[in-house]
Amino acid sequence: MPQEEESLGKAVDGRLVRRLLGYLRPYRWTVVAATVAAALQSATQVVGPYLNKVVIDRYLFPTPAGRGSLLAGILPHNALRGVTELGVIYLSVLVVGFVLDFGQTYAMQWVGQYTMYDLRREVFHHLQRLPISFFDRNPAGRLVTRVTNDVETLNDTISTALVALFDDMFVLVMIIAIMIRFNWRLSLITLGVVPLIFLATHFFRTAVRESYRRIRIYVAQINVFLQEHITGMAVVQAFNRERRALAEFHDINREHLHAWISAVFAYAVYYPAVEFLSILAVTLILWFGGLRVMHGELTIGIVFAFIQYAQRFFRPIQDLSDKYNTLQSAMASSERIFRLLDTPVDATAAPEGAAEAGAAPAAAPGRIEFDHVWFAYKGEDWILRDVSFAAEPGESVAIVGHTGAGKTTMISLLLRFYDVQKGRILLDGVDLRAWDVHALRRRFGIVLQDPYLSTGTIADNVRMDDDRMPAEVVREAERQANLTDFLATLPLGDATPLRERGSGLSTGQKQLVNFARALAARPSILILDEATASVDTDTELKIREALERMLAGRTSILIAHRLSTVQRADQILVMHKGVLRERGTHQELLRQQGIYWRLYRLQYKDQEARPGGARKLEAVREPAPS
Amino acid sequence: MRWELLTTLWPYLRRYRGRLALGLGILLLNTAVLVSIPYIIDLAINDLGGGISGAKLLKYCALLMAAVSARAVLNYLQRLILITVSRRLEFDLRNDLLAKLETMSGGFFQQYRTGDLMARSVNDLSAVRNMLGPGIMYSAQAVVLFAYVLAILWRLDPRLTLIAFVPAPIVTLAVQWFGKRIHERFERIQSMFSSLATRVEENLSGLRLVRAYAREAQEEAKFERLNREYVQRNLRLVLLSGAFQPLLQFLLGVAYVLVLWFGGRAVLEHRITLGGYAAFNLYMAQMAFPMIAMGYVINLVQRGAASWARLQELLQQTPQIADGPATDPSVTALAGEIEFRHLNFDYDGIAVLRDLNLHIPAGRTLALVGPTGAGKSTLVGLIPRLLEAAPGMVLVDGRPIREIPLDVLRQNIGWVPQETFLFSDTLGANIAFGRPEADEAEVREPAERAGLSLDVADFPEGYATRVGERGLTLSGGQKQRTALARALLRNPRILILDDALASVDTLTEERILEGLEQARRGRTTLLISHRISTVRSADQIAVLQDGHITEAGTHAELIGRGGTYAALYEKQLLEEELAQVE
Ligand SMILES: Nc1ncnc2c1ncn2[C@@H]1O[C@H](COP(=O)(O)OP(=O)(O)OP(=O)(O)O)[C@@H](O)[C@H]1O
Ligand SMILES: Nc1ncnc2c1ncn2[C@@H]1O[C@H](COP(=O)(O)OP(=O)(O)OP(=O)(O)O)[C@@H](O)[C@H]1O
Ligand SMILES: [Mg+2]
Repeated sequence: MPQEEESLGKAVDGRLVRRLLGYLRPYRWTVVAATVAAALQSATQVVGPYLNKVVIDRYLFPTPAGRGSLLAGILPHNALRGVTELGVIYLSVLVVGFVLDFGQTYAMQWVGQYTMYDLRREVFHHLQRLPISFFDRNPAGRLVTRVTNDVETLNDTISTALVALFDDMFVLVMIIAIMIRFNWRLSLITLGVVPLIFLATHFFRTAVRESYRRIRIYVAQINVFLQEHITGMAVVQAFNRERRALAEFHDINREHLHAWISAVFAYAVYYPAVEFLSILAVTLILWFGGLRVMHGELTIGIVFAFIQYAQRFFRPIQDLSDKYNTLQSAMASSERIFRLLDTPVDATAAPEGAAEAGAAPAAAPGRIEFDHVWFAYKGEDWILRDVSFAAEPGESVAIVGHTGAGKTTMISLLLRFYDVQKGRILLDGVDLRAWDVHALRRRFGIVLQDPYLSTGTIADNVRMDDDRMPAEVVREAERQANLTDFLATLPLGDATPLRERGSGLSTGQKQLVNFARALAARPSILILDEATASVDTDTELKIREALERMLAGRTSILIAHRLSTVQRADQILVMHKGVLRERGTHQELLRQQGIYWRLYRLQYKDQEARPGGARKLEAVREPAPS
Repeated sequence: MRWELLTTLWPYLRRYRGRLALGLGILLLNTAVLVSIPYIIDLAINDLGGGISGAKLLKYCALLMAAVSARAVLNYLQRLILITVSRRLEFDLRNDLLAKLETMSGGFFQQYRTGDLMARSVNDLSAVRNMLGPGIMYSAQAVVLFAYVLAILWRLDPRLTLIAFVPAPIVTLAVQWFGKRIHERFERIQSMFSSLATRVEENLSGLRLVRAYAREAQEEAKFERLNREYVQRNLRLVLLSGAFQPLLQFLLGVAYVLVLWFGGRAVLEHRITLGGYAAFNLYMAQMAFPMIAMGYVINLVQRGAASWARLQELLQQTPQIADGPATDPSVTALAGEIEFRHLNFDYDGIAVLRDLNLHIPAGRTLALVGPTGAGKSTLVGLIPRLLEAAPGMVLVDGRPIREIPLDVLRQNIGWVPQETFLFSDTLGANIAFGRPEADEAEVREPAERAGLSLDVADFPEGYATRVGERGLTLSGGQKQRTALARALLRNPRILILDDALASVDTLTEERILEGLEQARRGRTTLLISHRISTVRSADQIAVLQDGHITEAGTHAELIGRGGTYAALYEKQLLEEELAQVE
């Protein structure tokens, strides 16, 4: 599967740049101000050598050729006073330069930081709306990088490279202008080296681009590897995989290192090459300029200033190519970010802000209907085939079946984590696809098969960050989930902070907290997917009592492997390899003597050991299978 | 602080001391050549003033070209050597970091969250690398250049040199003042970056729940707070770093002005020659680079130092659970007898197990039942030493568990955790996790035994099916059975099933238990379950309650005793009967 990191990343892609610039729009005036400040600041930098030239040619080594200068009109004739005044001018220019420089840097960093802020927010927001299937394919480690590191990379470009780019251009233009004003011949000589620099830059670019592409791939791999191995460290350790995992990590890391080394090599060739060319220009100036001086056609001051300018001239050029790299990684990062942002969101995602408004009254009855539902995660690999049933309002429906039969998948469809391929699912007579997804999901209280807890207190987890939920509701839900005794043993009770994924609680306790969360939501439809699989019998019985009271008037769907949990359901659905094979009440299904009956016998064969139990089972068995 | 930085980094740096020395040597030469360039130009200009022959001018030009050619070569070598070393250091550090993480146990991973650890091993590490690579290179270069230029300026004109250096004390003060604060502020930024990464990581791992409860807005609000704080902290740093660099430039400019004033006057008063003045200026211009580099380097070094402290925090952790002096390397195989002797165990002072005694003979099956949160998982976690009890409380094969090399101990254990964790790899690779060299046939056998093969037969890609992050694309029961197969493949002496069949339907469970019956033969098995049907055939059943074993015996014995287990049995039976009567 080709991964996003692999895209080569064009140096400057107009489309991307335009889009990136769009993020600067809210701050455009700040950017303009900063750019102007930067330009002025560069101007102050050019002033130094110029003042020096004036000092030399006018006062220290006066020549007729050197008399003319921009400042000629205002400068005094007295050499000492002139030098002092020029010094004062220089000093004030420096102060202005300092203020401009600081102002410019801060303004651009401010813009950079807020652009990043906007972008991070947008990416995070988008992640909340991408279809679940997207996350089946994209590991969290990589997505975290999108929000953090990739965005961070753009920061450099926006806060430094962008202005520096203008700035460098500006300095270049200024220097060229001054040089031409001084002496066009020498200017041509200096500029003659520029094509050579372009050539060098071209080779360099081609060389680093490939390295950067490889670097990006391995950085992503490092992230994914770390994320997975840190979360699964206990398994790594218990299975003695430390050495092998380390070896695998070494390999990725080594590839990353080698990709960098080839980039370093390109730099190591390129920088000296540019410097070489710049000194070549200096030498040429010295040679040709020197000859002219010998013939009295040029002043020493001009040659001197030229040499200084030539050196400054190449600094921005070198900078530009450096910026070019920042720019290039920024392009690659933004391409990845934009690709993520361009991934179409859940068709389900509500039109912004409509969520609250579109909500159906919570008191609505809660009728669920599956109408010839077909579903596959991939292609034609059907997980559900032509499933039809209806749960009337207030009814409790149990789904049983072998593992992998598609029970959890049915729940995922009901919550619209995925859309069905054929047929339809209706809630209160309305196709799920016509529901506002938030309104839809708010109808349900759900315990997912994998209990999940986030950091925050136990109470936060129960109320699921709903600050408006009254404390009594939380407390009541905890009581119903039989958590009260356990919470009493904790010094902080339900204000106990949990750590990542709720570590610090036993698995059963986690399930109970998840259970309490579903109850606290006071939903019109309750969905329990193996909600008490890891809970002891005593607790389960107590919960069940509470649940029965809770369920009065509510529609519920529960999935369980322990048949004792499902017997009382109004309707039991027996799934087998994606097909709804049997349907009815406990007694009806036993009479059918199908899959359910076999499951049941198996689970309770124990009872045969007990006289009473055996007799009763016998009674059920009566119409013996042929 | 600097010194400490060096001493803690030294173990890493010393591996490359040869290269570093070579690189720094080249740097020295390189800088000398760099300084020679303005020197040559200066001589040429001076001679130009006094009239010069074409041949002499040519000589200067040739000299210049020679110098810059030498510099190109040296510059190339210097970069290649020094920057590559920093990349290698990064490589070493990152590997060491993972190696360290691999020795850490549960408590550590509760303290440091995943997102945080990732941020440290990627972001902080790159800050450290920048300090070591460009940081060392530019600072060494700056110092050397500075010294050279200073020496030359001094020889040209000591008085003017002193004047030019009037702003130097301010520079020193500024460096100190800014350095310290940049360090602090950067540290705060990095820790915020960690929080940000952690938040995203957590949001993504709890994604389905967030969606199911329509809590996207709350999640965004939480992220928003961190995002905003992160920006604030960054801007607080920018306030300083944004002023620092311009300030240094400004101070350098002040030196220029001083030279202009005093030097200009000196020329006019014929105390120095014009050539001398020009040379002085040219060399002063050479100070621009060290000045800029200094600003840059101080930033890099302070950031690097802050990040290095964050990495050190990890690297200096001592593994809580590791082989120690008590380890007896002669132990290479285990029989599988397990004993807990007066075992006490607590989590951060909250006692979970108290004076627990239990003995499991080698090759026998022990089933453990008990209420939620009784400490069953804790108890079995002590056997592969994922958790650690005080010495002498856990014995394997009659010897304290700490005498057995950790490697050997874990090699002999097949652990099926209560919460399944799979890697985003193929199904086959996950099963072969504990023995990567296993071939397809070897993978198939335990999969068969774990009742997974039928499911696999339905997968178009069979064992090559990729299971997604944490096994996301498998059903709950499929995940659990994959974990079971993974443990069975090791053919361990001790098999631990921590509620390992909770997500599996009865029929499959029955089939698995039958399969295990044979697999269990000859190996010590610990079986945790809430279902009587799962535990009843065990050789011994123990009830864990209130931190210790309250009853133990066979199914029949315990039923006969009429205690907790019997009551449990009654309850599970009663339920069914109720259902039938209805
Ligand atoms: N995200 C997914 N992508 C691809 N296939 C999936 C995905 N989730 C589940 N499957 C496959 O769909 C089938 C049905 O899975 P589902 O989770 O619905 O089973 P289940 O009946 O809930 O099983 P269990 O009782 O074990 O929880 C399984 O074969 C599983 O491998
Ligand atoms: N890492 C931890 N830090 C602090 N307390 C913990 C930690 N792990 C578990 N506990 C606490 O220790 C007690 C025992 O937990 P344990 O996981 O051993 O229970 P268990 O018997 O396996 O329960 P279950 O049947 O729910 O799996 C619980 O009260 C739990 O809250
Ligand atoms: Mg447990």
